[in-house]
Amino acid sequence: MSRKALDYDQLNENVKKAQYAVRGELYLRASELQKEGKKIIFTNVGNPHALGQKPLTFPRQVVALCQAPFLLDDPNVGLLFPADAIAKAKLYLSYTSGGLGAYSDSRGLPGIRKEVAEFIGRRDGYPSNPELIYLTDGASKGVMQILQTIIRGNGDGILVPVPQYPLYSAAISLFGGSLVPYYLEENANWGLDINNLRQSVAEARSKGITVRAMVIINPGNPTGQCLSVDNLKEILRFCYQENLVLLGDEVYQQNVYQDERPFISSRKVMLDMGPPISKELQLISFHTVSKGFLGECGQRGGYFEMTNIPPESVEEIYKVASISLSPNVPGMIFMGCMVSPPKPGDISYDQFIRESTGILESLRKRAHMMTDGFNSCKNVVCNFTEGAMYSFPQVKLPPKAIEAAKQAGKVPDVFYCLKLLEATGISTVPGSGFGQKEGVFHLRTTILPAEEDMPAIMESFKKFNDAFMNQYEGNSWYSRM
Amino acid sequence: MRRLIAQTTKSLITNATTTSRLNLPHQPSSHYYNNNISRLARFLTSLPSNTSMASDKSTPPLTVDSINPKVLKCEYAVRGEIVSLAQNLQQDLQANPGSHPFEEILYCNIGNPQSLGQQPITFFREVLALCDHPSILDKSETQGLFSADSIERAWQILDQIPGSATGAYSHSQGVKGLRDTIAAGIEARDGFPADPNDIFLTDGASPGVHMMMQLLIRSENDGIFCPIPQYPLYSASIALHGGTLVPYYLDEATGWGLEISELKKQLETARQKGITVRALAVINPGNPTGQVLAEENQREIVEFCKKEGLVLLADEVYQENVYVPEKQFHSFKKVARSMGYGDKDIPLVSFQSVSKGYYGECGKRGGYMEVTGFSPEVREQIYKVASVNLCSNISGQILASLVMSPPKVGDESYESYFAEKDGILQSLARRAKILEDGLNKLEGVTCNKAEGAMYLFPRIRLPNKAIKEAESLKKAPDAYYAARLLNATGIVVVPGSGFGQVPGTWHFRCTILPQEEKIPAIVSRLTEFHQKFMDEFRD
Repeated sequence: MSRKALDYDQLNENVKKAQYAVRGELYLRASELQKEGKKIIFTNVGNPHALGQKPLTFPRQVVALCQAPFLLDDPNVGLLFPADAIAKAKLYLSYTSGGLGAYSDSRGLPGIRKEVAEFIGRRDGYPSNPELIYLTDGASKGVMQILQTIIRGNGDGILVPVPQYPLYSAAISLFGGSLVPYYLEENANWGLDINNLRQSVAEARSKGITVRAMVIINPGNPTGQCLSVDNLKEILRFCYQENLVLLGDEVYQQNVYQDERPFISSRKVMLDMGPPISKELQLISFHTVSKGFLGECGQRGGYFEMTNIPPESVEEIYKVASISLSPNVPGMIFMGCMVSPPKPGDISYDQFIRESTGILESLRKRAHMMTDGFNSCKNVVCNFTEGAMYSFPQVKLPPKAIEAAKQAGKVPDVFYCLKLLEATGISTVPGSGFGQKEGVFHLRTTILPAEEDMPAIMESFKKFNDAFMNQYEGNSWYSRM
Repeated sequence: MRRLIAQTTKSLITNATTTSRLNLPHQPSSHYYNNNISRLARFLTSLPSNTSMASDKSTPPLTVDSINPKVLKCEYAVRGEIVSLAQNLQQDLQANPGSHPFEEILYCNIGNPQSLGQQPITFFREVLALCDHPSILDKSETQGLFSADSIERAWQILDQIPGSATGAYSHSQGVKGLRDTIAAGIEARDGFPADPNDIFLTDGASPGVHMMMQLLIRSENDGIFCPIPQYPLYSASIALHGGTLVPYYLDEATGWGLEISELKKQLETARQKGITVRALAVINPGNPTGQVLAEENQREIVEFCKKEGLVLLADEVYQENVYVPEKQFHSFKKVARSMGYGDKDIPLVSFQSVSKGYYGECGKRGGYMEVTGFSPEVREQIYKVASVNLCSNISGQILASLVMSPPKVGDESYESYFAEKDGILQSLARRAKILEDGLNKLEGVTCNKAEGAMYLFPRIRLPNKAIKEAESLKKAPDAYYAARLLNATGIVVVPGSGFGQVPGTWHFRCTILPQEEKIPAIVSRLTEFHQKFMDEFRD
């Protein structure tokens, strides 16, 4: 008799329930079409280098030298590498015991964590403790570790913005917790209304859920909004009153495209508010090398910073980190280069400024181009991308289209996005992958395609949208230019 | 009265921590939550309360009482207590040199070769550096600094990566071209084909193990067979995912042999307890035990898994660490295929890593699992879980492909590559032997040969007096021994209790990784310490 251990119906239910649309149906279909020879523009994931953004030179020089330390002994190394990159590589190698190939401290190299703490201190004006900064293989791993630590069972709820980056919904599913949604207000630029929060918490509690933590993504993903100081204060007070851990996903802190609301860290606002909140509110902040202007997604470098977490809990978090022994060391080198970039006077400084501002200025331009392009379509409303890397337009679909979607067995925005993909090669993620209000449809695209490609991409979208609307709403429809 | 008000308000506010801890039902506040209530709550919760329904503010959400109990339950001794002790001593030594009877801490607790002076393979690092910084590839100076074949390999690899963008997230299973290379490497090793679509590149082998545990474990009624002694990633991962570890004891008397009769016995016991055993984890070569399974043994294991419907989880990260001529590594996939079991016949997951072997690139976090014998629906789920993390680090992926497809005879770098590889492996074999012999000379200590891997796992027979002393200090006897050893010599080993052992027996795990010139001193210090310890506690 042979029994099968791994039949589909014998899998962990939590795994089956988890969804991650960013690499889900649309992406898989796009990959299929690509194999068939169709040109695909992958705007489904915040992956800048995949769309032609170049890595910054200095970190790559430093990490290459760290990978191959024999170069440092070669008299000709100066022909290929500037002196400050050589010095930085030597410094970072001295942080290690045995170079890039040795497991580091399970929290990450102490020297890099110190640099991260110094960066936070400069940014916020308050000192940060390197002992409470843990480097991780990307911010996602840190998020998963923390959620695993918090969630005991499906009686535990985590407040998550809707729309949200589906790492949160997937992780909560995997760990068997409950997602407690709080809706962002599309009409108020994806603003956060504290009443929505209260309502969500009340509803969850009425179902017997213990709400344990609140996630904020600032700047937002997919929505791009940058929280104001007042909004942050409200959130902090709310978490304090409701006894929630605040999880501050701040991976897009360098991606801000308007000047009214610059990035301010949750930690700074919290500390500015003084006691008791500053001393008691439990906060975990996340950052990464994947976004900003570095865009080094493939390196998997990230960290989380803990504030007001009791030592015993920190020990447990350390223990879980230690099971995986250590994060990848090259990723830490990138983290160091991100938080301690070339300074004025350094040989590489001018190049660093040129490269980084070039990228950020272009992103700002593309944020406008995309928003304007979407808004020029009558049936599309698009909030401005204040920050992050995405555009999240609302697409108003006519009843006939919704019916056709139903016939095809697809959720309406999935239907729309598949048609868009097939017609134009633009691979987006349907709004249903992020959560949205009932009957309202969106898609998420990135603002990452090269600036010179943007006009053609928006044209291509408009042409498709025109045709789609003509097909499903008839000839009373036109696009406003 | 005050307590009543506090309790009533508590029912309106609902303390997230205390009520959950006490398992009290919530009082719904579905009508409203307004500023008045919050003000009242804050006033009242500042009142002293001698019930365990303490104020909101004194029980913040992330305390040891309220974190996931599975996190509390799991243990990982390799970086556990003994290491914290060692780090304290190290700080002591730095602050006050001469404060201890040794000059340095020797970390023999963890398989971390490059932290103890092992050099990386030059060719691999050349390729990685070039892939990290491709803009130097077409500079003439680069020809002078890098070998020609490393430059060529870097070009080849970059061509396989879309846009040559090593900073972009790849396919969630890893770059396709790199998986092709790895599949070819597996085929060259085994003589049986490997499908690149079966390969999932991960940040080290450990995340792959976690993924499989997550997939397989539905509740504590699901059991995973683990060898005892085992590398505690398995016990920790099972605990984290809420499953049950089903032990099968390796037989120390027969060189840590794996008896099918033991497997059968334990399976029966587990089933009688209502446990559904889902998988069998085998570590070959073994950790901490170092044995290399005989092929016949492997065939028995495959048959057993097939018959009992278990997924075979083959941890093969030490496949390049075999030190005895009479044994050879055979992958479980090769064994299964040579028995005539194809992809449809047996679910098998094989784990490999860049951390061990002769390359020892622990800090890179490179590894993969080859997943065969699963239905497409299950494969989709594995892919989905992998996709949540987007992808593993690209540099680690590249390194995994290099490990599975190193320089060949005739390549420019072959000679130096081979010399480095052979040098490291020969040295490991020598160190294993010297340490094994040294340990076997100690009173009451027997140590099985390290046929493979990177560890020795001697059994220590402690006098009753020592055991009593340990118990009085609330320590496991081998943990006590290890702490005393550390304090006397600076040598860090991991107590056997961290790996599991037959109850009433004591062991410790020591790596064979310190540099060769340090080994004689380690043996003599260990010998001296052991002598004194036995003198102190001898019955």
